[in-house]
Amino acid sequence: MVKLKVNGIDRSFEGSPDMPLLWYLRDVLGLTGTKFGCGIALCGACTVHKNGEAIRSCVTPVSAAAGSEIRTIEDLGANGLHPVQEAWMQVNVPQCGYCQSGQIMQAASLLKSTSHPTDQQIDDAMAGNICRCGTYNRIRQAIKLAAEKSA
Amino acid sequence: MTQIENVSRRKFLKGVFGAGALILSVRYIPPIWAQGPSTDGQTDADRAALHPNVFVGIQPDGTVYIVAHRSEMGTVIRTSLPLVLADELDADWKRVKIDQAIGDKRYGDQNTDGSQSVRRYYDTMRQCGAAARLMLIQAAALQWNVPASECSTELHAVVHPATNRRAEYGALASQAARLTVPQKEELQLKKSSEWRYIGKGMTSVDLEKLCTGKAMYGMDARVDGMVYASIEHPPVFGGKINTLDDQEALKVAGVHQTVRINPFKPPAAFQPLGGVAVIADNTWAAFQGRKKLKITWDNGPNESYDSVEYKKELRETAHQPGKLIRSVGDSDKEFPTGNNVVEADYYVPLLAHVPMEPMVALAEFKDGKVTAWVPTQNPQAVQAIVSSELSIPVQDVICHVTLLGGGFGRKSKPDYVAEAAVLSKKLGRPVKVVWTREDDVKFDYYNAVAAMYMKAAVDEKGKPTAWLQRSVFPPITSTFNVNAVYGDPPHLAQGWTDLPYDLPNIRIENGPARAHVRIGWLRSVANIYHAFAIQCFTDELAHRANRDPVEYMLDLIGPPRTLDFTNVNYPNYGADYKTYPWETGRLRNVIEVVADKSGWTKKKSTKGHGFGFAAHRSFLTYVATVVEVEVTDDGEIRIPRVDTALDAGIVVNPEAVRAQFEGAVVFGTSIVRTGEITAKNGVIQQSNFNDYPVARIDEVPAQTNVYITGSSAPPAGIGEPGVPPFVAAFCNAIFAATGKRVRDLPLSSNSLFA
Repeated sequence: MVKLKVNGIDRSFEGSPDMPLLWYLRDVLGLTGTKFGCGIALCGACTVHKNGEAIRSCVTPVSAAAGSEIRTIEDLGANGLHPVQEAWMQVNVPQCGYCQSGQIMQAASLLKSTSHPTDQQIDDAMAGNICRCGTYNRIRQAIKLAAEKSA
Repeated sequence: MTQIENVSRRKFLKGVFGAGALILSVRYIPPIWAQGPSTDGQTDADRAALHPNVFVGIQPDGTVYIVAHRSEMGTVIRTSLPLVLADELDADWKRVKIDQAIGDKRYGDQNTDGSQSVRRYYDTMRQCGAAARLMLIQAAALQWNVPASECSTELHAVVHPATNRRAEYGALASQAARLTVPQKEELQLKKSSEWRYIGKGMTSVDLEKLCTGKAMYGMDARVDGMVYASIEHPPVFGGKINTLDDQEALKVAGVHQTVRINPFKPPAAFQPLGGVAVIADNTWAAFQGRKKLKITWDNGPNESYDSVEYKKELRETAHQPGKLIRSVGDSDKEFPTGNNVVEADYYVPLLAHVPMEPMVALAEFKDGKVTAWVPTQNPQAVQAIVSSELSIPVQDVICHVTLLGGGFGRKSKPDYVAEAAVLSKKLGRPVKVVWTREDDVKFDYYNAVAAMYMKAAVDEKGKPTAWLQRSVFPPITSTFNVNAVYGDPPHLAQGWTDLPYDLPNIRIENGPARAHVRIGWLRSVANIYHAFAIQCFTDELAHRANRDPVEYMLDLIGPPRTLDFTNVNYPNYGADYKTYPWETGRLRNVIEVVADKSGWTKKKSTKGHGFGFAAHRSFLTYVATVVEVEVTDDGEIRIPRVDTALDAGIVVNPEAVRAQFEGAVVFGTSIVRTGEITAKNGVIQQSNFNDYPVARIDEVPAQTNVYITGSSAPPAGIGEPGVPPFVAAFCNAIFAATGKRVRDLPLSSNSLFA
């Protein structure tokens, strides 16, 4: 049995500890805001926070999350929108939106460690997150706006 | 009984929409929707007090329901089309709720494809809004005992200025419902100066949900009692199972059983590919079980498909005389020999769609009917294929349309939904089929691989006196007709038949090619390879003549005129040619706008820093693009800036248009840099974003400026027209910076650049 905290709630999982966190969140807990895009950590759609750090839940077994705090997009704006979400809306970032949970979680993690990222720092942090609709320039703009908002 | 009377009196556009009878039944809300259509197909609009047509309903509390019958995959169409209706109704957008339609032919065409949602339904939406508005005015006039002609509307209310009276829409809805629905001829549409929303736009009604993880995609659909399925498809198109050993798969915890799916009977169309489905408690268990399957395959005739050999064959065919598509003058006679003849071969490989949400479908077969919840661009195609696969009537297939995690044309081909329906019937419970990314890459309906042969004889100023262009590609029609080898008129018309140059001798041809995979339409479709060849070849000729590429292109296009396609098979994207003529003046205009805005004449390409240009009309929209590239000494290519100007006629939602053209250059960046599907022994060699990479944040244009030129022409396409000119302009910019001509895409497998 694996014990962990998801969005502030204590959980225990009796299924296969090898199951990627992504499928535990989606199929078992019904937290479908976290998306399946590639299954091998190449696209970032599945990004969640583990103890505050962005991780790819599609390649993280539930067992590797034992004892940790997992936060998903559903919780990020639970008490009012997170500055990153506000900025995303203001800049009108999403097109289809499917990758945006992952983009937002990645960006929130970036801003936590680097409050005013440069273009290069944004590229480095966000290059693992694919957006097939091509909203990248708006993502960059929104991250900068969120940085201002949080300042 | 108001509702029933209202419906029975409906005359408005009945022929177009087949309004049908109002079915009274208990409303059932599918678990995945907080609100939305019920399983009987009724919308909130249908159930509203005033319901003059299938697209709008108004309740006594003033709520206006507008039906979105097209699919939302990121173009904001679920907002933009209802917005047109709301404008003509003078409705307060804050009081509008959107109903997502199920698949139902009463809405007319629902195939959200071909950049045609606004242009096909713009008039309809206006008429439907105007009809409701007129009925509300008439109801108020009756109530006030004044002539309707003295009444008008303000935001969400009818007013009679002479007596200073005012009534809210909600208060008039039930009375208005007793009136006869007006005929189209009775409607007075607003003047453009009176528009509230058209041309100003509105952000997506889904924006907050998209930013908070609450948006519901097909991948997120759930119903009680469902099982998950992952399907091992035949690795070669058209293959069949020889032997199957599923013993190890069945040992995986959570796996219930395996189910064979029959191979399709050619042509493939939208039938399931066949294979073995692993049924499990959850997605991951299904994936794990599938890895343990031991299958031997009979690969069939497509095992011989090798994309390297195939490229050679296409090129050879492109050098042979082909089928004549269009001819001007006599280019055969006018081709001299010698050094004033220029030839070039261009090539674009198979391309995959890879929307971020892989194919997924939830379907439940129950009591002889199928209910499906799917991300589809075409719910009526879902109805058709499920009906045919299960031998049930079309109306017994209820297709709910979820949000789509990208589509790009892939999700208008519902083979994955047919799989879910077939499995649900076999298992007697709801089944959710989830494709992996590998399934998506390997079993796509690819954009056709294409070889283009270009030839021109030029005069002393470098201007062509004779022009020959010949394309060869396996046609999309091969997916629906195994014998199809020539390009069909609608796809040849995508930037090939309609070469807009004013030259004395032109010969346009197409050669045959047999398909070995499923070929389908992908964002911009045949325009991608056609514009690439024409626009890059034109750039070659301009450079050869030492002329400015923009000036040269304008010279070739010639004076403003309407292209004459008498005796030419030119389907014009299915649009009436009188309403949507091909006007060279509009192409010239966007070229001049982009040249001006980008500062073209002041910019000079130098080694390692180049500017490229291209212009193209597709999906009835005129686009011109300038791309700036920097190439480092070690060959790394950056794109500091893109400028693109477009004339799409009347634009409903400018912000959404800008977003689509920004996205188009990113889509085009992927095509140029790395887009390539290859095959060996009939097996697709790519599998995921490692070997089919798409552009990431550090590879795309750092800045994309979009200029929407004002136009009062009817609305044209938005989602696709930005891609083709970008692809060509990017390649032309690379030439300007490096002196190396990109004739074979993508760069990643081009020996000059790789």
